[in-house]
Amino acid sequence: MSGAETALAIAAAVRAGRRSASDVAAAALARIEALNPHLNAFTAVTAARAQSEAAAIDAKRARGEDPGPLAGVPYAVKNLFDIAGLTTLAGARIEAEKPPARADATAVARLKAAGAVLVGALNMDEYAYGFTTENAHYGPTRNPHDTARVAGGSSGGSAAAVAGGLVALTLGTDTNGSIRVPSSFCGIFGLKPTYGRLSRAGSTMFVASIDHIGPFARSVEDLAAGYDAMQGPDPRDPVCRDAPPEPAAPGLSRGAQGLRIATAAGYFAPAGTAEAQAALAQAAAALGAARTVEIPEAARARAAAFVITAAEGASRHLADLKRRAGDFDPATRDRFLAGALTPAAWVFQAQRFRRWFHGRMMEVFRDVDIILAPATPIPAPLIGQATMNVGGAEIAVRPNLGMFTQPLSFIGLPIVAVPVHRPGRLPIGVQVIAAPWREADALRAAFALEQAGVAAAPVAA
Amino acid sequence: MPAGIDPEAYLDAAAAAIGLAIAPEHRPGVILNLERIAALADTVMSFPLPEDEEPAPVFRP
Repeated sequence: MSGAETALAIAAAVRAGRRSASDVAAAALARIEALNPHLNAFTAVTAARAQSEAAAIDAKRARGEDPGPLAGVPYAVKNLFDIAGLTTLAGARIEAEKPPARADATAVARLKAAGAVLVGALNMDEYAYGFTTENAHYGPTRNPHDTARVAGGSSGGSAAAVAGGLVALTLGTDTNGSIRVPSSFCGIFGLKPTYGRLSRAGSTMFVASIDHIGPFARSVEDLAAGYDAMQGPDPRDPVCRDAPPEPAAPGLSRGAQGLRIATAAGYFAPAGTAEAQAALAQAAAALGAARTVEIPEAARARAAAFVITAAEGASRHLADLKRRAGDFDPATRDRFLAGALTPAAWVFQAQRFRRWFHGRMMEVFRDVDIILAPATPIPAPLIGQATMNVGGAEIAVRPNLGMFTQPLSFIGLPIVAVPVHRPGRLPIGVQVIAAPWREADALRAAFALEQAGVAAAPVAA
Repeated sequence: MPAGIDPEAYLDAAAAAIGLAIAPEHRPGVILNLERIAALADTVMSFPLPEDEEPAPVFRP
C-alpha cells in the first residue's frame, strides 16, 4: 500500500472488503516508523489504539454493519487535540506534566464515529503561537519537499504528515494562518472553516475569539469528506453553530460554475512576492477570474488581529508566565510576556475595528462569491532563517509569514488553502476565500482548480 | 511605543500592575515585542471609527 492513496480510496477499499482496516493501519504505522525520523511530524504514535480501532471496523463490516464513510482511514491530529489516555501537549513542555486526557476531543470522536483510525499526535509551535513549527522542546518539523526547510506552522506536523504520505488526513487549528501557512509550504489542501462551524471542544485554545479547527488532505474530495464528518452542533463549544450540518462533498462536482470570482489586490501584492503572485495568477486564469477587488484596510485588519492575538493569547497563560516563564519555548515566551502587558485600550479598539472590517467585507461579498489571494509571501523558508525581503524591506520571517492569512481569519471567513502545481519547484498555496458559512463554495472552486490540473498535492518525493 | 513613552518604564509599571516579574534575560525580547505590538496598535488607534461601532469580543459571523 502506497502513501499516495487518498482517504476516500482507502475507505472504498475497506468498505468493499478488498482490504482490511487492520492491514491499512499496519501499513500506515510502518510508514510512520520509516519516514517520521526524517520529518519529526509525530510526537506520539497511537499504535495500540489504531490496531484496536481498525479491528473494530473490520468486525463491524464482518457483521454486515456500515463501517462509516471514512472506514479504516488512518489519520492523526495536532497535539493540542485531546486523545483519551494521552497527555495533550499543545507543543509545550509545561503541558507534559499534566495528566492524560480523559476523553477524545469532539473532532476526534466524530472522525472515529465515521470509521477513521487514529494513528498519532502531531508536532506544532508551542501553544499554536507561530508559523514555522521550530519547536524548542520537541524539535523542528521538516518539510517533506526539502527537509532543510520548515513545514510551516503552527500545524506543521499536520501538514508534513500529509505531504510526506504518512497519512492521508490530519487535523490542525488556525487562528491567524496555522492551517493555511503550513498547507502552502507543504503543498497540500487545508480548510479553515467559518468561525463557529466545527466544534473546538477538547482542543487547547490559543485565542478563543479567533480559533478554528480544520482538516488537511491531498485531494479536495478528501478534505470535504473530513470536514463533513466533523460538522454538527456541540454544546461543549460555546461558539459552535447550533444548526444541522451542510455537507460540502455532494456539491463538489458543480465546480466553479456560477461563482463570481475575483482576485485580491493592493495589500496582497507587495514587492518581493513574485512566486506567490505567479501562483495566484495561475489560479485566477484557470477560474476565469478577470476582476480584482480591494480588501478595505487589510493592513489595519492584520494589525488588529495581531494586537488581539498578543493580548488574548497571553491572558490564557498568565499564571504560568508569572510562575515559570523560563519553561516556555523562547520563540513564544517574549511574545506572551509582551502580550500580557498590552493596554486594554488597544485591544478594545482592535475589537471595534474588527466589527467595522467585517461590515466592509460583507459589502465586498455582495458582488463576489470567491476572492483569491496568496497564502504566504514566499515558499517555505529554511529552518532557522531569520529574515526575508518583502515589500522592499528585509523583515523578520516568523511574525510575517501570516501577513496574507491573518487579516481574513479574525473575521471568521471560510478559506481553502490550495497548492498550485509547480513541478520541480517548492510548493506555494493560494487562498480561496468565501463569505461566512459558504465553505461549500470555496471547496467547489478548489475542486475546479484540482480538476483543471492547476492545483495538485503529490506526495513529496 | 507611542511618542514620549519609555518602553522600559512602561514594562516595569505594567508588569508590576499585574504581578508579573520579568527576568532580566527576557527583558530585551519583551521590549522588542512590546514595540512591535505598539507599532501595529498605532495603525489601529489612528483609524477613525464610527462611534456606534461596537466591539466584537466574541465574534459571530
